[in-house]
Amino acid sequence: MTDATSSGGHGHIHRESGPPQPDDKVHSYYQILGIALQELLIEKGIVSADEVRQMIERRDAITPARGAKIVARAWTDGDFKARLLADGNAGAAELDCPMTYTELVAVENTPKAHNVIVCTLCSCYPRELLGLPPSWYKSREYRARVVRDPRAVLKEFGTEIGDHVEIRVHDSTADIRYLVIPRRPAGTEGMTESELEDLVTRDSMIGVAEAKTPGK
Amino acid sequence: MARSFEAGQAVRVRDDYPPGHIRTPVFIRGKRGVITRDFGEHDNPEITTYELEGPQKTLYVVRFRQIDVWPDYAGSKGDTLDIDIFEHWLEPA
Repeated sequence: MTDATSSGGHGHIHRESGPPQPDDKVHSYYQILGIALQELLIEKGIVSADEVRQMIERRDAITPARGAKIVARAWTDGDFKARLLADGNAGAAELDCPMTYTELVAVENTPKAHNVIVCTLCSCYPRELLGLPPSWYKSREYRARVVRDPRAVLKEFGTEIGDHVEIRVHDSTADIRYLVIPRRPAGTEGMTESELEDLVTRDSMIGVAEAKTPGK
Repeated sequence: MARSFEAGQAVRVRDDYPPGHIRTPVFIRGKRGVITRDFGEHDNPEITTYELEGPQKTLYVVRFRQIDVWPDYAGSKGDTLDIDIFEHWLEPA
């Protein structure tokens, strides 16, 4: 038996001791390659360590609030929604959310269609609008199963879609990034745009959940 | 440049398995769908991944009915799967 951590016999696995775990600085081949490449680029003066740090800091600072701002505007301004659906990058740029590297396509949930996003090949995700993807989004299980049995996967997320609603799975295999515009919850007619933004969660913009209902 | 396909046109994904960096998922090869959107010319990742130069290819969205992709699909008949696919992976169906 090689896994010393699973001994004990009281029903759970200890991680405090035993062989190194993946997070314990055991780098994979590709992590080592990445580190070596970064060191070389810095050594040759092509980028500086501070520029690399700044880029990571900038990317990490992006939160789903950007996407929520776009969705709340689409809910309250029909003309904006039309422009966003026609040209995602132009719509995002109107709200100072530039899509730097990719093309944005917004897909709208309606009473007849529910959209959900995946990248079956890797982990393509609208990072400019939602930040870094959740770990489950990158998992092989989500990627393999949501294209094969989306209703069961959504149900595991607590989202039941009626049979009369078509499920549209979008597999982003190229340089197009998808953003779901969830349905505007009932009872939000009097709410301001900024109040509406709080109802728009990350998961609702991936399509594994609905937007929040006020007061819940 | 003239487009290979138009929105609404039925297409079949090539049932080929060449080596290299391919963005057409294996599970969709050989399946039949309909063009729904045209994104214009894009760099072909099969070439640019290797830092090589080559002609751009038109990128399409192809919509597949889930029951055409998975014969035992458990959801509703109207459920669909949209995939971004380059023109050279598509042929008229």
